[in-house]
Amino acid sequence: MAENSWLTEFPAMDRTDLLAIRKTLDSGFRDFSRSYGDAIESFFDPLLNLLVLIEQLLIQSPWWVIILAVAGLSFAASRSIKLTIGVIVAFMLIGYFGMWDNAMRTMGIITVSTLLSITIGVPIGILMSSSNRAQSIVTPILDIMQTMPAFVYLIPVVMLLGIGKVPGVIAVVIYAIPPVIRLTNLGIRLVDKEVLEAATAYGANRMQRLWGVQLPLAMPTIMAGINQTIMMALAMVVIASMIGVKGLGQPVLKSITNQYFTMGLFNGLAIVALAIIFDRVSQAYAKRSQKHLQGIQND
Amino acid sequence: MTDPFIQVKGLYKIFGEDPESALPHIAEGKSKNEILAETGHTIGLKDINLTIEKGKLFVVMGLSGCGKSTLIRHFNRLIDPTKGQIIVDGVDVVQLSQKELESFRCHKISMVFQHFGLMPHRTVLENVAYGLAVQKVNKEIRYEKAHHWLETVGLKGYESLYPSQLSGGQQQRVGLARALCTDADILLMDEAFSALDPLIRSEMQDQLIELQEKLHKTIIFITHDLDEALRLGDRIAILKDGELVQEGAPEDILLNPVNDYVEAFVRDVNRARALTVETVMKPPVWRITANTIAEALSQMRKQPGDYGYYVNDDGYQGVITQEKLEAAAKKNGSGVICEKVIEELSPVSPDSLLESVLPETLDSEYPLPVVDEQGELCGELSRASLAKALVDTGGDESEESTGTRPST
Ligand SMILES: Nc1ncnc2c1ncn2[C@@H]1O[C@H](COP(=O)(O)OP(=O)(O)O)[C@@H](O)[C@H]1O
Ligand SMILES: [Mg+2]
Repeated sequence: MAENSWLTEFPAMDRTDLLAIRKTLDSGFRDFSRSYGDAIESFFDPLLNLLVLIEQLLIQSPWWVIILAVAGLSFAASRSIKLTIGVIVAFMLIGYFGMWDNAMRTMGIITVSTLLSITIGVPIGILMSSSNRAQSIVTPILDIMQTMPAFVYLIPVVMLLGIGKVPGVIAVVIYAIPPVIRLTNLGIRLVDKEVLEAATAYGANRMQRLWGVQLPLAMPTIMAGINQTIMMALAMVVIASMIGVKGLGQPVLKSITNQYFTMGLFNGLAIVALAIIFDRVSQAYAKRSQKHLQGIQND
Repeated sequence: MTDPFIQVKGLYKIFGEDPESALPHIAEGKSKNEILAETGHTIGLKDINLTIEKGKLFVVMGLSGCGKSTLIRHFNRLIDPTKGQIIVDGVDVVQLSQKELESFRCHKISMVFQHFGLMPHRTVLENVAYGLAVQKVNKEIRYEKAHHWLETVGLKGYESLYPSQLSGGQQQRVGLARALCTDADILLMDEAFSALDPLIRSEMQDQLIELQEKLHKTIIFITHDLDEALRLGDRIAILKDGELVQEGAPEDILLNPVNDYVEAFVRDVNRARALTVETVMKPPVWRITANTIAEALSQMRKQPGDYGYYVNDDGYQGVITQEKLEAAAKKNGSGVICEKVIEELSPVSPDSLLESVLPETLDSEYPLPVVDEQGELCGELSRASLAKALVDTGGDESEESTGTRPST
């Protein structure tokens, strides 16, 4: 009978073996984080300083300075009065309902995460576009990053860096970086082959081709990637609040555990408002720059 | 003869995983399709040997997929050869390092593309100046040059527009101006006019011919259109499946196609519009240089024909018939040849197209004299030779040919 049990039951690994594997991996990683945790933490110190700086700047400045600055930025980017008024109204409401400080913290972390995603993601995208081998290595990693439940990679991050802003930003970046990488790669690969050939034929070297032709022509696609990255970063805010990232996510988390419906709704709506503002402004900017670059057809 | 400006020697290009591995198969004489089926490699070019003289417009022609674009991209090494040499002005391009190659592309050779290859995010002016921008020439100088070339191609006033705001013909002019702006000696044109409407296309051809008369660039021009090739080319090379089938002067290709493939190309050409008088004329039957009528008559009686062209120190004067001479001889045999015996017959130029001399040739009783710019008689054009040139499909093997026949 014993020999045939695999017919009815999956021939799983022995429980004790499984336990042993888990133990060795866990203790191995724990040892690793114990011995290198501090070094890694201090490696991220500049990032922490930047985060604190931006957050302080946003919170300490008088509210009307922030609103003016944000409205000014939106108008500069989109050249649309309607959008700018919408932005002002949204910020007023957020402040009026007592979510100002949290909204500023969230904006801070989104700004830093987005900047980090761009500075890491665009070069990776460029590398992927220039080599099929790099593409075939990076693509599955991106797939894993996008489908792995965020909670799973929160664990090692927390084990290494504890709870706080930096692990929060790292978690957000891991979650939000794939679109900017993918779309940078795609954008560059879609650049008209003949135009690139022309640049080469006139003696342009690799850097001249990249800066003069590939990046400018891929820019609309890269901008779409950045836009998606911002959206995903915002979506990650709630989950990141589980590991101590302050901001609009924390009240939402509190609402879930305590069943405060209204508080959850308000903070949720504030996140949505921020998302819409970021989205519209960045898209309007992308569209405008694209129109300028491509020239206006049929005029 | 001086050293050829551009020389291609034993050039092979094979596309695929391991190009070298397919070389022995080619040596065995297998066809392109066989090699593709057996090894998965595509033959792009097979043993190409060419020489191109400085200042000439060299046309490469062939059907789609025969390797024209592959060949032209070897001259500036947008494609690296599998085997062979490309010698430009004494330098083997294949041996150049990356840096040398970039410099070579900057200064020596420029290119015009089928779909223009303009940069959509740069203005027309910036596009034209692109080659100089790559060379880091300062803004003022490069824009000044770009203005000059834009004006030359007839696009003054369009400087600040973007390419998408221009028509196809205008865009290709920008492409041409960009190519000329770097002052390169060699111009590569890959089906440069193929994407244009027929009317615009012939305008562009005119412009290119006009420019070439002034600039004397060495131009390698790709086309799949024989009419275009005949119109532009000083020499024409015909490719088939990556092989060079024939290379020669335009009339040569037209009158002596080496095989069915070339003949199929040539068949539909309007020969009257493609061939010049020079290519079909025969040497003049005889020229009369005698002073007196009697002398002339005795000379003419020895000849099979009953007419001759009278030529004196001032060149061609007219035609003289035996009939008239005999009549004049009866009156005064020792008289000097004068207007009375000379019949007027307006000559044709060796450079005229057959089409333009067709009516005169058919109307005239005698073959038309062909007289060059200096007034020298250089040949005669008979109805028979005209008819032969227009109808003959080149099967006549006995005719001499200056065209090369690489392999059969
Ligand atoms: N990068 C490439 N990889 C594989 N095959 C190619 C490549 N480029 C061209 N070829 C093949 O080489 C042949 C010649 O192509 P091409 O030079 O573009 O022809 P043409 O310009 O005369 O139309 C075609 O059979 C084409 O399929
Ligand atoms: Mg082609």
